[in-house]
Amino acid sequence: MTQHEWPLWEVFIRSKQGLDHKHVGSLHAADAAMAIQNARDVYTRRMEGISIWVVESKHVHASNPDDAAAFFDPANDKVYRHPTFYEVPDSIKHM
Amino acid sequence: METLELTQEEQFQARIDADMRIEPKDWMPDAYRKTLIRQISQHAHSELVGMLPEGNWITRAPSLKRKSILLSKVQDEAGHGLYLYSAAETLGASRDQMLADLHSGKAKYSSIFNYPTLSWADMGTVGWLVDGAAILNQVPLCRTSYGPYARAMVRVCKEESFHQRQGFEIMQTLCEGAPEQKAMAQEALNRWWWPTLMMFGPKDADSPNTEQSMKWRIKRFTNDELRQKFVDMMVPQAEFLGLTVPDPNLKWNEAKNGYDFGEVDWEEFWNVVKGNGMCNKDRLGARVKAHEEGAWVREAALAHAAKRKQRAEQEAVQQVA
Ligand SMILES: [Fe+2]
Ligand SMILES: [Fe+2]
Repeated sequence: MTQHEWPLWEVFIRSKQGLDHKHVGSLHAADAAMAIQNARDVYTRRMEGISIWVVESKHVHASNPDDAAAFFDPANDKVYRHPTFYEVPDSIKHM
Repeated sequence: METLELTQEEQFQARIDADMRIEPKDWMPDAYRKTLIRQISQHAHSELVGMLPEGNWITRAPSLKRKSILLSKVQDEAGHGLYLYSAAETLGASRDQMLADLHSGKAKYSSIFNYPTLSWADMGTVGWLVDGAAILNQVPLCRTSYGPYARAMVRVCKEESFHQRQGFEIMQTLCEGAPEQKAMAQEALNRWWWPTLMMFGPKDADSPNTEQSMKWRIKRFTNDELRQKFVDMMVPQAEFLGLTVPDPNLKWNEAKNGYDFGEVDWEEFWNVVKGNGMCNKDRLGARVKAHEEGAWVREAALAHAAKRKQRAEQEAVQQVA
């Protein structure tokens, strides 16, 4: 019996040229090359991707959900950052 | 402290009631986490063990086309297992522990896979009925409250409908073929019908956890509701094929706009769950054998990765020097 698991990797896939890589899930692999190969088999069996990134899960740093309010709320009261905040006279076109 | 806990749990339930998703790092009640780990890992185990009855027929598929299709389906099931194990890991479960629990018999998997696949018609019946039942179970779970689980289920469901259709096509081919082929299809349906009805689990009255699971939205219909839906969906399909559903009590009930049907043999169900089905020992034996015989590969891959990393580091040091 193996005593230690293969490390966990997060998988990101670009579904087509021109789009971002998007997180799709995770998998175990001994190294990066194997992670990419496994990701091909697990996450792109039906042409779901044309490019794969893998990152070892332990290297992902995340914001803390408990801080979400303090962290994200400041953007909430800045309505002037949105174009709809401004009233444009009816006679003005192309703005 | 006590009141604070309560508030947290109330907030949690309010999010679920508002149909918001819970994500891995969010606070959740211990019981929610535990129940989910059990449910998701059982589901993953079912996908994994579910490969065995069909794997049995890959080398004996009647044509290259059927063989390629079956191979793809079995590969999908492996994928489903992997999506689900990853979802369970986001809750803090370890892959090794989950597999150890499967192999020791501590963890359960769907009782359906403890029945043998005796003829090629079983490949049709399994795809059509068993995957059909799985779809009914799984589609509502695409909206389950736990984010990673819901996302895994979306991916699974996208792939399942091919499974059911290829099974139905096998059945249709057999039913439109020689009388012997049609008899083979009927014989397979006779064996699989009742075990498939058991896939939805015990009767609601004997399923004490259903209420809590529905409240947490990790279950969205009761066992009996899904079983009824399944019968209503499948009977017309069997009729289309010209097959007879092996239930003398099956009868259309206009008042409830659904079929009345006979009682499942619950003694058989519990017997299989407890490990005494026809193939329990075989299935678990095959799993453990594959796992043990693969141990050296897993170890060698780790050793190889460590060696390559070390060599890369040495080369980097030499370049600096
Ligand atoms: Fe599946
Ligand atoms: Fe399937």
